[in-house]
Amino acid sequence: MDISSIPFFISFKFNKAYPEKIIKFEYPIFEMNKQKATLLLADGTVFHGNLIGNSGTNGGEICFNTGMTGYQEIYTDPSYTGQIIVNTTSHIGNYGVMDDESESESPSIAGIVVNSFSQVFSRLDASGSLQDYLVKHGISGIADIDTRKLVRHIRSQGAMNAIISSEFENDLEGLRAELEKIPNMDGLELSSKVCTTEPYYFGDDTADIKVACLDFGIKKNILRSLASRGVYCKVFPAKTNLAEMEAWNPDGYFLSNGPGDPAVMGYAVETTQSILQTGKPLFGICLGHQILAEANGVSTFKMHHGHRGLNHPIKNLVTGKSEITSQNHGFVVNREDVEKNENIEITHVHLNDGTVAGIRLKDKPAFSVQYHPESSPGPHDSRYLFDDFISLIQNN
Amino acid sequence: MPKDSSIKHVLIIGSGPIVIGQACEFDYAGSQASRSLRDEGITVTLINSNPATIMTDPVTADHVYLLPLEKKSIIKILQDHPDIDCVLPTMGGQTALNLAIDCDKAGIWNKFNIRMIGVDIDAIETAENREKFKALMEKLGVGVCIGDTASSFLEGKEIAQEIGFPLVIRPSYTLGGSGGGFVERAEDFEKALVTGLQASPTHEVLIEQSITGWKEYELEVLRDSIGNMVVICSIENFDPMGIHTGDSITVAPAMTLPDTVYQELRNQAIKMMNGIGNFAGGCNVQFSVSPDNKTIIGIEINPRVSRSSALASKATGYPIAKVAAKLAIGYNLDEIPNSITGNTSAFFEPAIDYVIVKIPRWNFDKFKGSDKKLGLSMKSVGEVMGIGRNFQEALQKACQSLEIKRNGLGADGKELRDQEKILYSLANASWDRLFHIYDAFKLGISFRTIHDLTKIDKWFLKQIEELILLEGEIEKHTLENIPKDLMETAKKKGYSDRQIAHLLRCLESEVFNKRYKEMGIKRVYKLVDTCAAEFEAKTPYFYSTFGEENESIPSDRKKVVVLGSGPNRVGQGIEFDYSCVHGVLAAKECGYETIMINCNPETVSTDFDISDKLYFEPVFWEHIYEIILLENPVGVIVQLGGQTALKLAEKLDKLGIPILGTSYEALDLAEDRGRFSTLLKDNNVPYPEFGTIHSTDEALELCKTIGFPLLVRPSYVLGGQGMKIVINEKELEEHVVEVLRDIPNNEILLDHFLENAIEAEADAICDGENVYIIGIMQHIEPAGIHSGDSYAVLPPYNLGDFVMRQIESYTEKIALALRTVGLINIQFAIKNDKVYVIEANPRASRTVPFICKAYQEPYVNYAVKVMLGEKKVTDFVFNPTKKGYAIKEPVFSFHKFPNVNKELGPEMKSTGEAIYFIDDLMDDYFLKIYSERNLYLSR
Repeated sequence: MDISSIPFFISFKFNKAYPEKIIKFEYPIFEMNKQKATLLLADGTVFHGNLIGNSGTNGGEICFNTGMTGYQEIYTDPSYTGQIIVNTTSHIGNYGVMDDESESESPSIAGIVVNSFSQVFSRLDASGSLQDYLVKHGISGIADIDTRKLVRHIRSQGAMNAIISSEFENDLEGLRAELEKIPNMDGLELSSKVCTTEPYYFGDDTADIKVACLDFGIKKNILRSLASRGVYCKVFPAKTNLAEMEAWNPDGYFLSNGPGDPAVMGYAVETTQSILQTGKPLFGICLGHQILAEANGVSTFKMHHGHRGLNHPIKNLVTGKSEITSQNHGFVVNREDVEKNENIEITHVHLNDGTVAGIRLKDKPAFSVQYHPESSPGPHDSRYLFDDFISLIQNN
Repeated sequence: MPKDSSIKHVLIIGSGPIVIGQACEFDYAGSQASRSLRDEGITVTLINSNPATIMTDPVTADHVYLLPLEKKSIIKILQDHPDIDCVLPTMGGQTALNLAIDCDKAGIWNKFNIRMIGVDIDAIETAENREKFKALMEKLGVGVCIGDTASSFLEGKEIAQEIGFPLVIRPSYTLGGSGGGFVERAEDFEKALVTGLQASPTHEVLIEQSITGWKEYELEVLRDSIGNMVVICSIENFDPMGIHTGDSITVAPAMTLPDTVYQELRNQAIKMMNGIGNFAGGCNVQFSVSPDNKTIIGIEINPRVSRSSALASKATGYPIAKVAAKLAIGYNLDEIPNSITGNTSAFFEPAIDYVIVKIPRWNFDKFKGSDKKLGLSMKSVGEVMGIGRNFQEALQKACQSLEIKRNGLGADGKELRDQEKILYSLANASWDRLFHIYDAFKLGISFRTIHDLTKIDKWFLKQIEELILLEGEIEKHTLENIPKDLMETAKKKGYSDRQIAHLLRCLESEVFNKRYKEMGIKRVYKLVDTCAAEFEAKTPYFYSTFGEENESIPSDRKKVVVLGSGPNRVGQGIEFDYSCVHGVLAAKECGYETIMINCNPETVSTDFDISDKLYFEPVFWEHIYEIILLENPVGVIVQLGGQTALKLAEKLDKLGIPILGTSYEALDLAEDRGRFSTLLKDNNVPYPEFGTIHSTDEALELCKTIGFPLLVRPSYVLGGQGMKIVINEKELEEHVVEVLRDIPNNEILLDHFLENAIEAEADAICDGENVYIIGIMQHIEPAGIHSGDSYAVLPPYNLGDFVMRQIESYTEKIALALRTVGLINIQFAIKNDKVYVIEANPRASRTVPFICKAYQEPYVNYAVKVMLGEKKVTDFVFNPTKKGYAIKEPVFSFHKFPNVNKELGPEMKSTGEAIYFIDDLMDDYFLKIYSERNLYLSR
């Protein structure tokens, strides 16, 4: 490999998503030259740091993710809609962003909080810097704060709303007023707002298997994972009824991940109950897992501060083997309800806290997991679940 | 699968003496494994010939054998203990694995019905045999370099013709890559091929395409017998492919990998580990990634605990060796409790919220004439690790830990400004390349040139370039007008007060007062908890940074700080860590809260299970001082951590921080040859004639009164650095000029050298009033060879009563005169039955662990109790096991430096030592080394 042929990375290679202009590299190292930003939590805790991304104000429920890679995939995961993400890892932005590593068309997060933000990046095939990406999508973030202190605070005080702003440096009261306008995640229905408005297809239309995917905020890699296994997908908006999907005559159904509180998604629960009536195989991930549980009379509740990261240990009770999984959920199914239900078998448990991580219906070809087997980002240990789903369809 | 209850008694094989490529990381691994197995009710027997190890202590194992690592010893152990049912060979590096394979081939395991656990022979075979490894990788679909194995010169030439140049030669079955190297041009090939073939015990080399300059990564993986796997840590090499990973600066977690590429590495690592065999334990997998991230090549897989796994354990807080030992006895990962959180399992992957930087420590100054260029063969003798909240902070802290008389990376007035030399250094990496990258930016050499020459990832280079810009900003200010923001930024980026003082043209103490007292910029301490604060953790393992929240809450117990010995190097190795660990344990026994400060990731002292609180910090003044200000200990123990700890005594004393044991005044007196000689004279203790000089003129004058031969040595040095014996005025002048060049403004001592004298040394414990001599050792070689490099026998083998009386009497006199409280080591030269004192060191010496092992008594423990004032020497019942003789055998790493002068002298060159017991003086081994005592010149 001839190293001298490698383009100099600070003279960005622009593609069509980025304007054609020459950026002179500015050294953003001195904090005093940076624009200040403030992070205010609902309980009154304040952090002062430097602005990253867009100047402005945005807020939502604050949560932390312990992944050490994959920031772009995290920011574009629709399940994070309306949330501020605290990245616990020390550096963010090191390898820029790349167009085809997004999990949705654009990020719908409500801000990011990082320890050390890198405006320079090193990746030959990157599309651009994370800074430009955040600006382009109008997302404000804050850097150079004690993120570990913040994480410990969230760990002890639980999930809460927060707001990031570069506009209220000396006006905490004004910022607090803005913060109070942000709705509470508990009881919030978001899926119908982030899902596709029109049905669309994904994969090869000559494939043998057809799966109808109910989009509550689906990650692209789920569709890629299905399509690469010979599945032709049709993705339907969250509020589609069974008849409309049945008209396409799918071989199986998929309930996607997504943001918000499953307890207020009566429409999805009803659709799921009617899908189960058809006897066709059904697979659910994350929010989809919670909906399947609700459809069988199992309640869900909001966790203290959720599971978000790429290192969550799960034990598969069927095989006895364990897997490291990618997770992102703030709600979980009620274990007591599941154990009381004779029709449900617990297939996976979270090794750290014993929460239910996977279930299977005993009388129907339906199963679901709380975590993300499509794992983008995250370890690929659980990809077998897609194979299981396909076998279920083939054997049905 | 739960624990295999058929396992009752396990033999653990250690790694033997410290050599380059195999250092004290295996003491750490072996100690952890042993404790881990004993926790399960399993009896542990240990074999290791290295006496300076914690693993060979009675506190670690049930039965300890300090025997040579050879088949004969294994057979003896198995005969002594017929109930041994398993052997665990993965904790002692390549040495232990090789011995296990030898024993296997000789049918020893079979004969004694021993099961090998933690590894399978086929897996080692596959991992070590380059051809088998390559074939397997191809079968698994893992990328490999183009190339082939040659077992003859002709075959080698044919392969080279196919691949073309540049290429790389890797001999099979060698330690730390010995004998391998890059070949850039056809004309250099033949010589390199011969070297490679000769270095391989199987006369085999792999010849491959060169992927120099590609990115290099390591993954530390654990696997259990049902195939559960976790990646404990990803490590990125700052120095790209082409430099042995042991000689590379490394960073964790990986800094420049997108998730897509990282997961691909993880998938491949899992594939490789599953592919080489069904075994349970730890594994290190190395990858090379092309700069465009498009090609991944599997470089090697080590199915055992390694240097990198020790680093990964310290980097993440996940105790790899401890868990690997449990896996070896049958547990699955999810069945092993997580000792960090206390309530989860060992099946998880650590998430870290800081950065660690490891920098190797080299000792080229000890190996004159060596090829200083780094390459495929490891040359460093130790390493340090810096932990920070960002890369720059971790990098600066690692540089502050190195003990190479620098205050961090740059900003200390020691920049190289010679463009040509800098450019050469960038292209030909040696120990100082990192510093020269800094110098290059400072001098204004272009980013592109620096990258072209080093091939280091641009993200890392940018981090260094940023430092230069920050310094430019600081230099615009003075102490009076530097803004708080800027000061805070500098501290957050790891700058020491001394560096900032250099930039602001003022004193370190002024910077400290300004930022600490006036601006309130103080260190906070964060926990290394494996989980990025997601859970509450129980590990008392801290590092410093600058942030808002301090997690290290001082208790109100009485506590002591033990200063560690920093990176391993020639003259200061594992022996001092041994003493530090025992110091901690003894203070604990006396009811103190113990605080350990050290920065060496290979050691037992930096295992968070040892002290009550571990601060993984540079043994560098300001880091130590801020910990002391936070913790407010009753005192600091400096006499266990070698010269590193000792040299901080002056400042501690000046600031009124109590030094436990022997006072600073006495420590200083022993170092000051003039005052020390007066003390000897006052006590009627003979010493060789001597004088001190500061210039060549003084030297030439003084030599007339003292007379040749002369021993020339600078004051305050370690391991005899700069020491030389000269026999005439010409040599004297030359050497004095050299010493003054290397260590300017130093005082130089000229001692009359007692030719053909016998050397001996004594170690003693003193409480200020009573002295107990723990051991006297007689050297085999005549005086003139550094005590660390000579064979020595405990007790003396042919010193008469008269001589012994003198040694005992002088030891007592000196210990008392120095008002020693704790340990003291005194060196003697004996000529014509008259004993002369050469030097005295009122601190734990290199020989103390040896004596503890030979006599089977915990002298460091006793000495620390004396230092703490908890006990008097007379409180102990000394009952040493005296049977035959124990021989200390120095071990050298000269094979790493083929062109180096192997002549021994007053400057120490050995990297490790072994212990060898004999029953009487008719022993063949003793007779052999005794008969060769004068042949030392050709060792």
